[in-house]
Amino acid sequence: MACLPLTSLKTGTQGKVARVVAGHSATRRLYEMGFNTGADVVVVKNDRGPVIVGLNGHKVALGRGLAQKMLIDPKQ
Amino acid sequence: MSKIIALVGNPNSGKTTLFNALTGANHHVGNWPGVTVERKEGQFRFGGDVYTVVDLPGIYSLGAFSEDEMVARDFILSGEPDVVINVVDATNIERNLYLTTQLLEMGAKVVVALNMVDEASSLSMSFDTETLAKRLGAPVVPTVASKRKGLDDLVAKAVELMQASPQGRKQPLSYGESVDVQVTRLQEVLAGKKLAYPERWVAVKLLEGDAHVRSMVQASLTSHELQEFERVYSELAAHGSDLALEIVDGRYRFVHSVTNGAVNRPKEQVLTLTDHLDRVLTHKYWGLPLFALIMFTVFQLTFALGQDVFGEWVAEGVGLVGGALDGLLLRMNAPEWLRAYTAEGLVGGVGAVLEFIPLIVILYTLMGLLEDSGYMARAAYVMDNTMRSVGLQGKTFVPLIVGFGCNVPGVMATRTLENRRDRMIAILINPFMSCGAKIPIYLAFIAAFFPAHGAVVMFSLYVLGILVALLMGKILGNTLFKGEVSHFLMELPPYRIPTIRNVVRNMWDNVAGFLVRAGTVIFLVISLLWVLAVLPGGVEPYGSESVLGRIGTLIAPIFAPAGFGNWQASVGLFSGIAAKEAVVATLGMVYAGVEEGVELISALQGAFTPLTALSFMIMTLLYTPCVATLATIRKETGSAKWALFSAIYSFGIGWLGAVLVFQVGRLLGVG
Repeated sequence: MACLPLTSLKTGTQGKVARVVAGHSATRRLYEMGFNTGADVVVVKNDRGPVIVGLNGHKVALGRGLAQKMLIDPKQ
Repeated sequence: MSKIIALVGNPNSGKTTLFNALTGANHHVGNWPGVTVERKEGQFRFGGDVYTVVDLPGIYSLGAFSEDEMVARDFILSGEPDVVINVVDATNIERNLYLTTQLLEMGAKVVVALNMVDEASSLSMSFDTETLAKRLGAPVVPTVASKRKGLDDLVAKAVELMQASPQGRKQPLSYGESVDVQVTRLQEVLAGKKLAYPERWVAVKLLEGDAHVRSMVQASLTSHELQEFERVYSELAAHGSDLALEIVDGRYRFVHSVTNGAVNRPKEQVLTLTDHLDRVLTHKYWGLPLFALIMFTVFQLTFALGQDVFGEWVAEGVGLVGGALDGLLLRMNAPEWLRAYTAEGLVGGVGAVLEFIPLIVILYTLMGLLEDSGYMARAAYVMDNTMRSVGLQGKTFVPLIVGFGCNVPGVMATRTLENRRDRMIAILINPFMSCGAKIPIYLAFIAAFFPAHGAVVMFSLYVLGILVALLMGKILGNTLFKGEVSHFLMELPPYRIPTIRNVVRNMWDNVAGFLVRAGTVIFLVISLLWVLAVLPGGVEPYGSESVLGRIGTLIAPIFAPAGFGNWQASVGLFSGIAAKEAVVATLGMVYAGVEEGVELISALQGAFTPLTALSFMIMTLLYTPCVATLATIRKETGSAKWALFSAIYSFGIGWLGAVLVFQVGRLLGVG
């Protein structure tokens, strides 16, 4: 199961968070907001600007730099 | 001593709505000591007793990452609150329960308000609150704060819990086996030591790498105990940051064990109205123009209603009051100077400030509506790309918008920026957003020199202000505040119909703040200006021989390259440092002996040219902000040096702008 950075996933892709490889406090922040291992995400918007993901039915926008460091295990 | 309830919850969970619903008009906004975090407190009666509610900042976690989190955590640990009401957004229950988990770890007495259950219903979600309560070990009360539903139940449960004796959790929270082992190990070392907080909580916090808890523990142990502790701690801490993340994972595991089967949601994600709206409002091409359109409409409405309609009414009212006061003083045979002070200093100066109030009432109401509806998060989103091109980020833009009304709340609004670099830059560029008090200045010069092109001139000035703000943001970001621009990370809450009570309450808090400022700082400063204008006794008031006139004559040469190197213009600008509202009245007095009206217009026409009018307006747009803003900058940055810096560098920018325009204009023969 290949893990891909969030920035490379197409709109509509569903998956689970595999790992976050950002700095310590950024990773911790993301985890606490619900992006921890195994969290279900769906890509809502990924064209220009921050990526919008659906996390358990609510939406969070992540800057591309941060989104790149979030590895997702996409649902096949 | 009234009982204290702490209100805790995620941002956008409806916590503020609940606070407003409980406390009505009986609330007070202040500050937590030593930090720039707002402290909101209110009171209500229930069952014959009075209770105090303290609204803590919206937070995602009780870590120690930001001032907001620390304030909330310290308050709960202090033992001051008798019970904690944890507001949980039912539509986002898992993430919200993460905070609940931390509260339970702390051993606090918690009642969960499962808020927004109406919205959850419309999303076809359902909850087994009994099971949730049992698994959490805390009462769970469904509420709809915006419609005041469930509140009596909630308060009743909170009061009940307050009076109950504290009960430890029957079974400690599990974070997963491997982590539990380590927690227990550390707990054993701490057993029996005199610590201020529950041992297990301390152990968990230590493993999370919490520096505050660590120093607290080190301070509480004897040197022998400390050795033992440090040994075990470094062994466990060798796992490093992964351990902290495992604990976060562990808490979510606990949350899932609580919600599993007790929370039902439909399999398919239904596309909501929010999703449909966002397809347009966050569209890669249309998002930004739509934002510009919405903002333009807000300002149009503000100035049309606030300035032209209600502002005029206030002006007339002020005129009437002034006339009545003058008549009264005449009948009392009051001395001439008192009559003059009342007419020019008091009524003229303070009146100018009062005329400004309808404008800010409307602006704050409209901005409040946008904020409460959830749109402002989208505004930050669409601005992110543009802001990034100047080394800033989207969230920085929202306080700038607030600054268009008045720079004081604009600077205060930068509190939402957690990153220090973002925050400092946002504070220092805020004054370039042309505040509402400068509008009468523009209007006077436009009436005198550009009567047919008012809209274009105003719009250009505003745009110039924005461009300078962004440019200075980029420069500051590359010099004084070098560093990485922070990541954009923001929740986009579902769109909601704004709760009128929230909007009005928030608007009123802002207006009240403005009135207090106007009543104190601005009033004092305008009075001082008047005194300087009429001293020494016997000289022509507001003449070149008065103290004010002499100050003007002294500084006038600075402005010669900008085309208005006369003492009157200098006096005008000088008074603007006191309060921008004072400039027109002061100019009127020094040029024409009146404060407004056609005489002022013709006096300006005699003293300026279209080119120098333009350079003067640019100076006004960009130069030193008023003392109220400078005082706010000092408070929010925690040091006077930044206020001084702001005063000096913006004066420099204003001067440069004015000089450039004048000299280039002269070269082009516009003169």
